[in-house]
Amino acid sequence: MSTNSLTSKVAVVTGASRGIGKAIALRLGQMGAAVACVSRKASDAEATAGEIVGLGGKAKGYGTDVRLKQEVDETSRSILRDFGQVDLLVNNAGVTRDGLAARMSDEDWDLVLDTNLKGAFLWIRAYSRHFLERRTGKIVNISSVSGLIGNPGQANYSSSKAGLIGLTKSIARELASRGITANAVCPGFIETDMTKNLPEKVRAKLLEEIPLRRFGQAEEVAGLVGFLCGPESNYITGQVFIVDGGLLA
Amino acid sequence: MAEKKSIEERVKEMIVEQLGVNPEQVTPKAKFIEDLGADSLDTVELVMAFEEEFNVEVPDEEAEKLQRVGDVVRYIEEHVEEES
Repeated sequence: MSTNSLTSKVAVVTGASRGIGKAIALRLGQMGAAVACVSRKASDAEATAGEIVGLGGKAKGYGTDVRLKQEVDETSRSILRDFGQVDLLVNNAGVTRDGLAARMSDEDWDLVLDTNLKGAFLWIRAYSRHFLERRTGKIVNISSVSGLIGNPGQANYSSSKAGLIGLTKSIARELASRGITANAVCPGFIETDMTKNLPEKVRAKLLEEIPLRRFGQAEEVAGLVGFLCGPESNYITGQVFIVDGGLLA
Repeated sequence: MAEKKSIEERVKEMIVEQLGVNPEQVTPKAKFIEDLGADSLDTVELVMAFEEEFNVEVPDEEAEKLQRVGDVVRYIEEHVEEES
């Protein structure tokens, strides 16, 4: 593993308190980046930041609701003040509110789209000027295999995740001439709080469909994100990477 | 005491720097895209730079109308707060 390849870089990771986002924050910290951990609750974000600091890294936690422009704009400015620059933006914050479309409430639709898709847009917009001025920046959006194939009960979630892929590709084209890259990562079924409540029958059925016969670990997604944040990925932009144990193979 | 630069001079310098063109190309009639080789992102970056430099806000519908160097100078002269 290329440790220290992110020395002197500053990363922003949203949804950093748990699951994949936490693993990403820890990985980027391990690779030498200073990490701004963002979570809805400041105390959750600070817990992840504390772990990074405990491992000898540099990090700070921020409580922010990514759905709200004002909060994103304020926090993005605070991070710039605290760290002086931002090089890497990982839009990972995501929620699910599963239910069949026929009975899905407007609230459940809006919450998922606003958090997963609009939130990522707000962060990208907040830092695009900074990235443009510095002629550098790497954006990684955490999508999902649910954004590539449909999933019954996830009309809102899969729409938001498919939207993130479109967002990634457009942003990649818009900013490429200034050396800024944007890529998307689509995890399959990963062992996190989001998947731990799946009924045993569903889980068994899924395992039959996953060629590697297991759910992934958050660290196995974080490894790819680390690569996409590092210098070895400089020529990669607008791409979608799948980490799913072969599910979509 | 050095004489304060006019808005026109400052705008011209910023355009030269952003677009990497020769100062003599930056005439009031020069069009950003056709004459100065700007792409759409250049124009966005220029507008952001003008907003910051002169502390003005340029709404999108106004920004679209600023096609020539002279348009920008005029817009800023009309909207900038007199610096004392």
